Amino acid sequence: MSELSVNHLLGIKYISEADIHLIFETADHFKEVINRPIKKVPSLRDITIANLFFENSTRTRLSFELAEKRLSADVINFSAASSSVKKGETLIDTVNNILSMKVDMVVMRHPNPGAGVFLSKHINASIVNAGDGAHEHPTQALLDCYSIREKLKDVAGKKVVIVGDILHSRVALSNIFALQKLGAEVKVCGPKTLIPKYIENIGVPYEKDLRTALEWCDVANMLRVQNERMDISYFPTTREYTQQYGVNKALLDSLGKEIVVMHPGPINRGVEITSDVADSKQAIILEQVQNGVAIRMAVLYLLASKIQHNEN
Amino acid sequence: MLLNATEVHIALHRLACQLIENHETFEDTVLVGIQPRGIFLAERLKSLLEKDYKIRNIQLGYLDITFFRDDFRRSQKPLEANTTHINFIVENKKVVFIDDVLYTGRSIRAALTAIQSFGRPEEIELLTLIDRRFSRHLPIQPDYRGRQVDAINKEKVKVCWKEQDGEDAVYLISS
Repeated sequence: MSELSVNHLLGIKYISEADIHLIFETADHFKEVINRPIKKVPSLRDITIANLFFENSTRTRLSFELAEKRLSADVINFSAASSSVKKGETLIDTVNNILSMKVDMVVMRHPNPGAGVFLSKHINASIVNAGDGAHEHPTQALLDCYSIREKLKDVAGKKVVIVGDILHSRVALSNIFALQKLGAEVKVCGPKTLIPKYIENIGVPYEKDLRTALEWCDVANMLRVQNERMDISYFPTTREYTQQYGVNKALLDSLGKEIVVMHPGPINRGVEITSDVADSKQAIILEQVQNGVAIRMAVLYLLASKIQHNEN
Repeated sequence: MLLNATEVHIALHRLACQLIENHETFEDTVLVGIQPRGIFLAERLKSLLEKDYKIRNIQLGYLDITFFRDDFRRSQKPLEANTTHINFIVENKKVVFIDDVLYTGRSIRAALTAIQSFGRPEEIELLTLIDRRFSRHLPIQPDYRGRQVDAINKEKVKVCWKEQDGEDAVYLISS
């Protein structure tokens, strides 16, 4: 076995533990590649990839684009803001038009949950989900787990708490699936209003108190408060949120052990975590970003290897 | 059996001496073993040069060519990568590629591209233990060879190393 069990990466839910390990092992090799003087390999030189971003993104989009270029793929970019989507074109029409220009793979971010799954049933190209609404963000979860593996040697048996806005977070759901598949223990922590009602049904206990959660865990993944997705008021004020669920240096130092602090970015400095925490040795936020490129190279490489070579 | 343990050892000593003839102190020379099977030969030659011929500070790296191969998406089996371990820059160095068997020459073609990621070498040479004659797909020939072999395409040449396979020997396997 050294092949993915799937033809698309739509979510962590759809892949196996063996798939995740294969992606990690491949990413190890690409991490070495991106630290070379010349950071490029020719593997995907006959593959064309379309990056379709129907929703804003900086990090993920740059990371994917860099990964594609480091693999020598041809890349076209598309963002909904400046396109015919505004004129009322449907998703399938948009994508089919792009595919008729002979595109082999699609990396898509979309505000609607399930957009990737829907698309995979209607078009003939390999799809990578780069975030679909509040559903999944598989490559982020993979790079988070990869960063934990790098920092703590293994993911299995580790205790991870995901703090903050779980309700609106695709990062949270993908992380929960990935961590559980790799044998880690996961808890969530945050204001009750931002915790999905049925979270305990997927085997994730809820912890109300941040200090208790931090004392329990090896890794704290601090999520961003997604103000843009909050249609109603979920907590009284940002200040109150920070006092109850923000991590500062004094709190970290008072734990009596060293925990790893992660953040998927972009950070609201002074809200979820203070600047001195974000810039401390315990935070692996920038390692996460670097690992993101290696993970995405691995995902694209492994999916591309399943695309049948066309002699014409 | 093509070569037994004694014959392999004689060939290794001869190859080491031929390397010394051309590279003397190995000051500007780096050895690069091609993954996966070339690294055993490379390790052997390095320790031989150091122990028996008292040459110091030989630089040795491992080069994996998986991402540079020209049969990606064309072969039935998925390609599996190995570790690349090169902690030096090859700029202006004399590089010696080391592999166990030279067959079609496609691996070496890939290695020629892959090594460019580590700089522009002054020159590149190729050392192989076994050179399969008349089987090349590309105009690539070894500079140092242990033994030249005529084998038809259906036959397979297997090089065994004590570290990996329990014995030093070279076999011709007909399927």
